Amino acid sequence: MTRKLVTLVFVLPALLLAGCEFGKKAVSQVGPRGTGLNQVNDSSSMTKVAAVPEPPYPLTPDMLEGPRANVTYQNVKVLGDLSTEEFNYTMAAITNWIAPTEGENAGCNYCHNPANMASDEVYTKVVARRMFQMTRSINSTWRPHFQASANGENAGVTCWTCHRGNAVPKYVWSSGLPTPNKLAGNRRGQNMPAPTVAYASLPNDPFTALLQGKNNVRVGGPSAYPTAHKASIQSTEQTYGLMMHMSQGLGVNCTYCHNTQNFANWAQSRTQRVSAWYGIKMVRDTNDNYITSLGSVWPANRLGPAGDPKKVYCTTCHQGLAKPLGGYPMLKDYPGLKGGYHSDTPGAAAPPVTAAAPEAEPVPTPVAAADTTKPAA
Amino acid sequence: MALLSFERKYRVRGGTLVGGDLFDFWIGPFYVGFFGVTTIFFSALGTALILYGAAIGPTWNPWLINIAPPDIKYGLSLAPLREGGLWQIITICALGAFGSWALREVEICRKLGMGYHVPAAFGMAIFAYFSLEVIRPVLMGAWGWGFPYGIFSHLDWVSNTGYQYLHFHYNPAHMLAVSFFFTTALALAMHGALVLSAVNPAEGQDVKSPEYEDTFFRDLIGYSVGTLGIHRVGLLLALNAVFWSAVCIIISGPFWSRGWPEWWTWWLNLPIWR
Repeated sequence: MTRKLVTLVFVLPALLLAGCEFGKKAVSQVGPRGTGLNQVNDSSSMTKVAAVPEPPYPLTPDMLEGPRANVTYQNVKVLGDLSTEEFNYTMAAITNWIAPTEGENAGCNYCHNPANMASDEVYTKVVARRMFQMTRSINSTWRPHFQASANGENAGVTCWTCHRGNAVPKYVWSSGLPTPNKLAGNRRGQNMPAPTVAYASLPNDPFTALLQGKNNVRVGGPSAYPTAHKASIQSTEQTYGLMMHMSQGLGVNCTYCHNTQNFANWAQSRTQRVSAWYGIKMVRDTNDNYITSLGSVWPANRLGPAGDPKKVYCTTCHQGLAKPLGGYPMLKDYPGLKGGYHSDTPGAAAPPVTAAAPEAEPVPTPVAAADTTKPAA
Repeated sequence: MALLSFERKYRVRGGTLVGGDLFDFWIGPFYVGFFGVTTIFFSALGTALILYGAAIGPTWNPWLINIAPPDIKYGLSLAPLREGGLWQIITICALGAFGSWALREVEICRKLGMGYHVPAAFGMAIFAYFSLEVIRPVLMGAWGWGFPYGIFSHLDWVSNTGYQYLHFHYNPAHMLAVSFFFTTALALAMHGALVLSAVNPAEGQDVKSPEYEDTFFRDLIGYSVGTLGIHRVGLLLALNAVFWSAVCIIISGPFWSRGWPEWWTWWLNLPIWR
């Protein structure tokens, strides 16, 4: 009896720990000492920075001269302002990024009718044109999302940032089917260990509600009293689900942006939260104005079960890293994908915050002392 | 403090671990002993250092006074006094005071020829503190992983440390600890209520014997653990609550870096149904 008990005492904790990580941890402190604002990652299972493909050939300054692409070619509506040589260079690059495989419908033919390159008859060419507009919009309108980057004007995205050699990016979402109107066996879109919300029982599709349209992500009330709370438990859990996705997608924990003493308080948040705020707006703009707006251009095999197209979320670009591709300034080799930065561009929202603690300089006041709830715009 | 007339004769000489007869005396009702002296020393020094830390800090608001551990960059070395060194010395004082108090309990047990159940139980609480401030920081490689000394600041630390793992309620040891804490409270409430119900009969009736208490639970749930057994149950529940609390924080970081919900994927990935 005693021996059995002793065995149990050793076996049970061993079983409990069996699912754990025993390797070395990579840690970083992201807030003032003693606040518990730290990042922890298991070194061996951290997302590796993916290799970035070389440009198809060097783009020399003299190649930027010469006749424009919209003069040389017909039906060039977005990249017409590039030189013919830079246009061809960009086409070579995106072929490698989107449809690199050989075959009748791969390579250039994935989007073009080889008999008539100017024709829009292949739907993917229409999509690709919209994607060029989207890329330029992200790289101009949404520059605030890249404010933390050290890459200056080369901070931004290319097709590779999402596509990584796939016609459809690997990490995309579409709405789930509406829950059936029955009592038994109805999980109501939650209570499943869904990878989209980092295996919690939270609503597993927070994206339909929060990564398109204009719903409010912010659910915290202005005071601790229950009368001040407007958001429902359901929408609160949806926000929690979205935050789980963001953490998972960036390979960080909640304290990468927030001081959880008061999630909503901008003064106690890191500047990364400002980038993330712009990121959510950027993703909504991308989904609403560049993907969903293509409407019937999408064929049935590119739609999700509820009939909506595959859309982007944080993981689409980030793929487990706080900075996609480890912050590699890929855009430097593809100037044609940049857009001029216009601060007055409609859609670029006002910054939500004036004061946020930079990484190097911790907030001087004790964390508990500051309690200025300043909701975002 | 006045002694009761019969109190002195219960005071037993000897049983000390350290110091022989030197500290084997009482001040008022309190047994002193060598570990009473060290308790006073460590707690007075620690409290004085906390007051010093408050004095050089930004506030005297008792809710907001905060003495934080060093930055993680200092690793397991000593930090400058104003940058966490104070926290390090206060931690040593706290462990010295808690340990002394436990050993003073041991000496009193020895005097009275009792078992060591009380110091052993208190030792579990010290172990929980030791886990938070020593074991986990050492495993993580920096004193900066300890919690700060301050009423609000340590609560903020708990919140942030929990959210380092996205959703701490999925921590299996945290689940066990919380369940044991609730069960401890339930057991204590039922035990207290049962005893009071037996010794507070209706006007004019006799106080009821333990047989009545046993019969109550036999009628209710078919079994009574008994008058001695309920105390074993209580101690087991309480010790487990504290033990699993210590486990739940030791595994958070040293043995798990992701969201706790994801830990449960070992269950989803069992080869039987994967």
